[in-house]
Formats: sequence, C-alpha cells, structure tokens
Amino acid sequence: MSASVIRTRALTKVYAGDPVVDGVSVEVRGGECWGLLGPNGAGKTTFLRMLIGRVPPTSGDIEVLGHAVPDQASPMRGLIGVVPQLDNLDPDFTVTENLVTYGAYFGLGRNDLLRRVQELLEFAELGHKAEAYLSTLSGGMLRRLSLIRALVNRPRLLILDEPTTGLDPQARQLIWQRLRRLKREGMTLVLTTHYMEEAERLCDRVTIMDHGRFLDAGAPRDLVQKHIERHVVEVNGEDLQRWHDTVAARVDARTERVGDGLHYYLDDELPLLDALKDRSDFSFLHRPANLEDVFLRLTGRDLRDG
Amino acid sequence: MAEAPVDSPRTVSRAWRWVPVWRRNLLVWTKLAVPSLIGHFGEPLLYLLALGYGLGALVGRVADMPYLFFLASGIFCSSAMMTSSFEATYSAYSRMAVQKTWEAIISTPLSVTDVVIGEVMWAATKSIFSAGAILLVAWALGAVGAWSAILAVPVALLAGFCFAAMAMVITAVARSYDFFLYYTTLVVTPMLLICGVFFPVSQMPAAVQSLAAVLPLSHAVAVARPLIVGDVPVDVALHLGVLALYGTAALALACRLLKKRLDA
Repeated sequence: MSASVIRTRALTKVYAGDPVVDGVSVEVRGGECWGLLGPNGAGKTTFLRMLIGRVPPTSGDIEVLGHAVPDQASPMRGLIGVVPQLDNLDPDFTVTENLVTYGAYFGLGRNDLLRRVQELLEFAELGHKAEAYLSTLSGGMLRRLSLIRALVNRPRLLILDEPTTGLDPQARQLIWQRLRRLKREGMTLVLTTHYMEEAERLCDRVTIMDHGRFLDAGAPRDLVQKHIERHVVEVNGEDLQRWHDTVAARVDARTERVGDGLHYYLDDELPLLDALKDRSDFSFLHRPANLEDVFLRLTGRDLRDG
Repeated sequence: MAEAPVDSPRTVSRAWRWVPVWRRNLLVWTKLAVPSLIGHFGEPLLYLLALGYGLGALVGRVADMPYLFFLASGIFCSSAMMTSSFEATYSAYSRMAVQKTWEAIISTPLSVTDVVIGEVMWAATKSIFSAGAILLVAWALGAVGAWSAILAVPVALLAGFCFAAMAMVITAVARSYDFFLYYTTLVVTPMLLICGVFFPVSQMPAAVQSLAAVLPLSHAVAVARPLIVGDVPVDVALHLGVLALYGTAALALACRLLKKRLDA
C-alpha cells in the first residue's frame, strides 16, 4: 500500500539551453493522490511526459512501478493509465469501439475486454451510450470516456493532465466523485490542475512548480498554514489607498495590491473587519485562506500567456 | 475497479505490436467501405473506358499488346502508388496532428515505431484494395491475359509498402496539409508520367529514361505488367529488391524522424 509508485531523482530536461524541468525529485507512494500545480509553462507537462517515458530526460533518474524509465517505459505503460489534457478519442468509433480498440493496444483479448467494457460503462454512467457515436456525447461524457479508456487495462497508477478543464460544475463533480472512488479502492493518482479547489478536494499532497523547479510540497492544509495567515480580506472601493494609509495600515496584516483592490492577510481579522464597518461604500470579501493564496504567493501574479 | 490487476495484459511479441494499429484503421475503413469501394471501382473504370478505348483506338498496339492491356496493367501499379501515398500523407497526418490518435496510442505500451509500421502496413493493404479493384475491372473488360495476374497482387502490396513508407517520411516533416502538394507535384506526379504507366519509357529522351530507371514505380510496372498481360517478367528479384530497399530505407528514416517529432 505504501510502496513507492513513482520516484524521480534530480530530474532535468533542457531544451535549447533552457531547463524546462530543473532537478526535481519526488516520491509518490501507493494509494496516494498527488497533485502537481503550476502556471502555464511551469514544466508540468514535460515532467509528466518524462514520467511516462515519452521524453528522455537530460539527466536524473525515473522509476515508475519498479520500472526504470525511459528504458522500460513500454512494459511500465502497460501498468498505468493516462488521461490526456485534450480528449483524443476516436471520432469514427462508438463508445464501445473506442474502449475495445484502445484495450487492444495493451494486448488485451476481445472477450476479456467486452466484460471489462461493461464494468467501465457502468462506472462512468455511460451504459446508455454504449453504441453511440461520439458526436452525440456531451463534453462531460467525453471526459468520462477518456477516464475509463485509461482504466481499460486495470492500471495501478492513473495520470491525469488537467482532468476537468472546460467542464461545467455538474460534470466536474461527477469526475471528482469517480476519482475519489478510485482512490478509495487503492488506485494511485497523479494529476495536474489549474483549479486549486480541485487540488484541495482530491489531493493528499500537492507540489507547486514554477520555472521547472518544485517550490514546495505538502498536504494542501499544511501548505496554507505554512505560507498564509488564517484569514483573507479582499477590499475594493474608491479612495481605498487613503483609507489604507490612515486606518488599515495600523492593523497587523500583510497587504498586497491586486489590481485596484487590496488583499489583507491576517491571523486576527476582527480589528480590520471593525474598521470596515464604517465604510459601507467599500465592497469586501472575508474568506479563509486557501491553496490559491499559496499558489499565487509562491508563483507570483504575473500573467502566463506563453 | 482498481483492485490488483488480475489479468495482466498478454505480452505481445515486439514484432507484431503494430497489428492493433493496422486493425484500428481497418475498422474505420469498414465503416466507410461503400463510398470507398465505389471510388476504387468507379475511377479506374472511367479511365480504362475513356483512355483505353478512346486513346487506344488512335494508338492501336503499344509494346506488342493492345493499348487497353498496357494501360490497365500500368494503372494497376499507379493506383497502388496513389492510394498508399494518399493514405500515408493526408490520412496519416490527420490521425497524427489533427485527431491526435497517435498521441493516444503511444500512451500505451505501443511505441512510435509500432504506430508508424502499423500505418505503413495499413496504407500498403489499402493499395491492394484499389489495385485489386482495377484488376477486376480490367478482367471484366478482357484486358487480363493470364491467371498469373493474381501474382501481381502481392507486387501491388510491396509497391504499396514502398510508397507508403516514402510518403511517411514526408508526413514526418510536414507542418500542414499544404506541404503534401510539394511531394505530389515533385515526386508522385512525375513518377506517374515517366515510369511507363501510360506509355512506354522507351518513348522518352535518354536522360528521362535513366531517371525513370531508378524510380520505384518503374520497377513495380516491370514486374506487374507481364504478370497481368500474360508474359514472363524478367529480373524479378532485382525489381522487387529495389521496391523493398526503397521501402525499408524510407521506413527506417520515417521512424527516426517521427520519434524525434513526437517523443522529445
């Protein structure tokens, strides 16, 4: 249960002199859900591609399920499932044909596969779509099909690259429920995401990555405690700076300017909330600190459009 | 759902791992087989009728045979070339760059090499569908001279393999569909015109003849034509060897280039 499923040591990938992944080490244990968080271009996808043996590392070691990668990547990939960021299902096939065809790539026999497909369709609530062509499926159904396609070989490790990007809240909830069920049943999960809420809900442990490096790692709650005060108050309004200089600056808080507004991070929120009572012209939001605050603190607020 | 992997996947011998890729493409093809077959039969029928009878009436006998015989056995080879070239460029490129089908496949135990071999084998297979259709049409029109014509089918398969592998090299370096026009215009169409499909190579200036002699389509024609019209082909090993050499060299290059393109 707690054996090491993934182990990387000083893993580095350099493209044209640019270290996209820069000396990262991690261990993921059996049954764990590990989240890799980072802005666009942080190196997450390159890291995952190295993990599954698709990109040879410039230096460093990778071991997945006891297989040295990339040397033994092919047999290793027989033991894992990969859910890609963008669905790459077969548009010419029905739901069942997609699953059976994919299973054949693992060398699975047809009779085994047909039984397995029944289980998987039930698991993903796609039983009624077994013979449907993909053009009749919603975005959520396509994502669920991508998920169960990755389970066709009964993997021990499931790797998901942004599993719920672009889904509506209902579809996302259903994916989360299914991932939690897999985890309860002992599956090891590795996921990348931009949604901090997703990471907080699903992951036992997250690592925050930027510029190719792992910045920090830990349980989401521990990371929040370590890096951020307990409360966050986001304030917006006319004349905010003057109010801050004359009133709020005396409150014991870390302050950050975000756009036109100010964010106050504090352990004792009462003095600031008291001060805000006099300013009904301001709009403010008082909330507990969360993983997004940690993420922004560690990776900065600059836009990453690259 | 996630409990221990009871039936661990069968270990498939490396040499045959491309088969599921080939089967995937076959399954897609069977869904579109009717329009595809109409194309395979319809087009050569029109060519043979229009050129064979129309042009044939003007030119009479060519290379000691009725023009329809000459043309049918030539088109048999060129259609193998056209079909596999198209499949390994436009269709394969769609699966690689647009549908990302290959990306899905190489997340499984299969490698880029398995995918490339599966695609080339599939394109070669498809070329015997179209060449076979021409053989049937030619036979119905009385333009097949002997049962040895059956032996031309494996020649079409080898030619299809050769042209598919060559086309796959182009796919490996293509950045858009437009790129394939270069290959079609600079390689495929010249072969179609100077390798003895529509008229004997001996009609051409010496320089063109020497060029034609090193192009693979000439070698496919040199074996397939006598088999279809009922003559005994000569230098069979040489001609088939040239096709096999072009094919395996191109396949090795395509695998290398595509591995670099997809796995880096």
